[in-house]
Amino acid sequence: MRNRIFRILRSMFLVGCTCVLTGCHGREGMEAFVIPEEFDQTKDYEITFWAKNDTNKTQTDIYEQAIAGFEKLYPNISVNLRLYTDYGRIYNDVITNIATDTTPNVCITYPDHIATYLTGANQVVPLEALFTDAKYGLGGTEVRFDAPAQDEIIPQFLEECAFGGHYYAVPYMRSTEACYINKTYVEELGYQLPESLTWDFVWEVSEAAMEKDKDGNFILNGQNVMIPFIYKSTDNMMIQMLRQKDAGYSTESGEMLLFNDTTKELLMTIAAHADSRAFSTFKISSYPANFLNAGQCVFAIDSTAGATWMGTDAPLSDISEDKVVEFETEVMPIPQFDTARPQMISQGPSVCIFNKRDTQEVLASWLFVQYLLTNEVQIAYAQTEGYVPVTLKAQESPAYQDYLSRCGEDNNMYYDIKIKASQLLLNNVGNTFVTPVFNGSASLRDASGQMIENTVKSVRRGELVDEDYMDKLYSDMASLYRLDQSGLQNVAHSAEKAALGKLPLTARILLAALAIAWAIMIVYVVMGKIRKRQYDK
Amino acid sequence: MRKRLSLLMLLALMLVCVGCGSKGADEKSEGVMTYAEYVAAELDSQVVIEAYVQAKQSWWEDKATVYAQDKDGAYFLYDMACSEADYDKLKVGTKIKVTGYKAEWSGEVEIIDATFEIEDGNYVAKAEDVTSLLGTDDLIKHQNKFVSFKGMTVEAAGQDMEGNDVAYLYKWDGSGSDGDDLYFNVSLNGQTYTFTVESYLCDNTTDVYAAVKNLNIGDQVDMEGFLYWYEGVNPHITSVTVK
Repeated sequence: MRNRIFRILRSMFLVGCTCVLTGCHGREGMEAFVIPEEFDQTKDYEITFWAKNDTNKTQTDIYEQAIAGFEKLYPNISVNLRLYTDYGRIYNDVITNIATDTTPNVCITYPDHIATYLTGANQVVPLEALFTDAKYGLGGTEVRFDAPAQDEIIPQFLEECAFGGHYYAVPYMRSTEACYINKTYVEELGYQLPESLTWDFVWEVSEAAMEKDKDGNFILNGQNVMIPFIYKSTDNMMIQMLRQKDAGYSTESGEMLLFNDTTKELLMTIAAHADSRAFSTFKISSYPANFLNAGQCVFAIDSTAGATWMGTDAPLSDISEDKVVEFETEVMPIPQFDTARPQMISQGPSVCIFNKRDTQEVLASWLFVQYLLTNEVQIAYAQTEGYVPVTLKAQESPAYQDYLSRCGEDNNMYYDIKIKASQLLLNNVGNTFVTPVFNGSASLRDASGQMIENTVKSVRRGELVDEDYMDKLYSDMASLYRLDQSGLQNVAHSAEKAALGKLPLTARILLAALAIAWAIMIVYVVMGKIRKRQYDK
Repeated sequence: MRKRLSLLMLLALMLVCVGCGSKGADEKSEGVMTYAEYVAAELDSQVVIEAYVQAKQSWWEDKATVYAQDKDGAYFLYDMACSEADYDKLKVGTKIKVTGYKAEWSGEVEIIDATFEIEDGNYVAKAEDVTSLLGTDDLIKHQNKFVSFKGMTVEAAGQDMEGNDVAYLYKWDGSGSDGDDLYFNVSLNGQTYTFTVESYLCDNTTDVYAAVKNLNIGDQVDMEGFLYWYEGVNPHITSVTVK
């Protein structure tokens, strides 16, 4: 009888082990992708594409047209589109789906996010072998459309997708940030816009705009609302300021340098202008475009991909027509500390491919990704906002050159602010930069922006912002974003744990069953020994 | 005469009861603001309120967004610190004490960076009919309340790919898909207003989401929802009834 119980318990243990190991296999045991010899045209493939749009109907239409065009060329591949308007949501959903082995096939993403996806072995397909494959590579012999060759992708944009010795994505669109300026107000305040904006100039004009009349209205606009300087992405604000100051942010190997003295100095300056209410942020106040167009803002910094919302004649607007005021809009690169060495961030969507057990499915995904780089898709999408195409082939095409040359022809397709924003990036590609990508870089980015948000909020709430405040802020941010652990591995490990969340219920039941089985076996063995000892006595 | 006297006594008793009931639903604890004090508080100042949960909008990464209301007014509690377990404890009517900061985002006055504790008490607000206040300056005084709109007419929200007028859009410009916010237009006395089914508040499995997708231009509708604000009034609807 005892032996039977033992055998049952041993069987339970073995079954449990098998289940646990099988469960692990689903999440981490993906084989590295190997390019098939031929694309199988006899089978049907369904791939999912998680895309990001800027809440812009035209962009949605272009995705749908691209899918229709691709499916016509490859009738055995169907593409299911899922749209997001927020990179953060895509990131969270991908993390959730890695745990359940249900990632999309193709996904618009940021390289920072891919670094986290890579914590699952072979989850994201390295692309360099696909780039150069003679048949199905970029411009390969078996590709059924006019794809760009690798050297036709803007090298700087492509390099942004390389880390850890591999290309894990291709760029899809690129943008930077621009300062959208109410030039009319700047001149009414007695200033002339300089050739290059400086931080000092922006702060000075912003403070000048705060003057009120005896009734408490702002003299500049006659309204009771005026936030002269609003920044959309405070992550970018801090990252670019630090870069322009040659101050630390992070190293290529993932060392976090954000919490330094220059950061404190910058935060103290920002605090001073938040205190006078000359400066605010999107998270605290709202979209910069809403204030700019209502005549309640002088300097609005937002992505060039937000250009269609900026200006009196903006084709897109969230405020009612009666609130829009007439003014002249100027589009300039973001303010600089050293105008001789302008530096601005390069941003915009990239596309990665998730690995699947069926290599044909991965190859189908790659063909679709290549299709997104064709002139047809690149030019159409770039025209929806202040984006630029990521291939020289598209940028130099007569169609795109014609588009740029017609700046201001109307307030829709040729809206001048939008085309000027694109031109701003085209003129400054050499002045753009990206931050190092590593597992934890997404958290570091979040922390850099949150420090500005917290500082501005604290000042507005009348809290004392001094050296002690900054020390506590650094400590709080390091703890909140788990940047306070020694070494990148720890950060990576904790980020992974947090991202994967709790174990599924079935796994928890299995583990509990194993623990119980072990406990019973130990009790059984110990009891047996005790009894044997009693018997021996 | 006796009958009249009895009736009067009954009426008086009812008034006392109603009075007691309303006092119970609005009595503030020590150090807690009345709604009037909350309204008077400066933006960015710390506020402490007591109110009753009327709807839970979302929970994400230990942050909850909730509509709450007392007898006098309503509060939008945005990204309030809240564990998942505590979020589960919040039901419609649950009394909570909230400490946070008063803020304004695109016209929506809200409490942010808040913490809360659950207290004893329960109150579920009835939808207040604010139809007659549409287009007036008084409407904003009811911001965030559970309200109703009656006898409004569905107008075209935009056009589909074929150029046909449609009664609703996924997202404000039609760029979304099933599961996203629904936008639709309704009119009253020649004025048109944009109403929304906010997908975090009422997702695509809810009756209201399905009801809006079944609307036709010209339908007469009664609606209930929360009086949200985004650059003007933008009610977040929780029920629609076609007359």
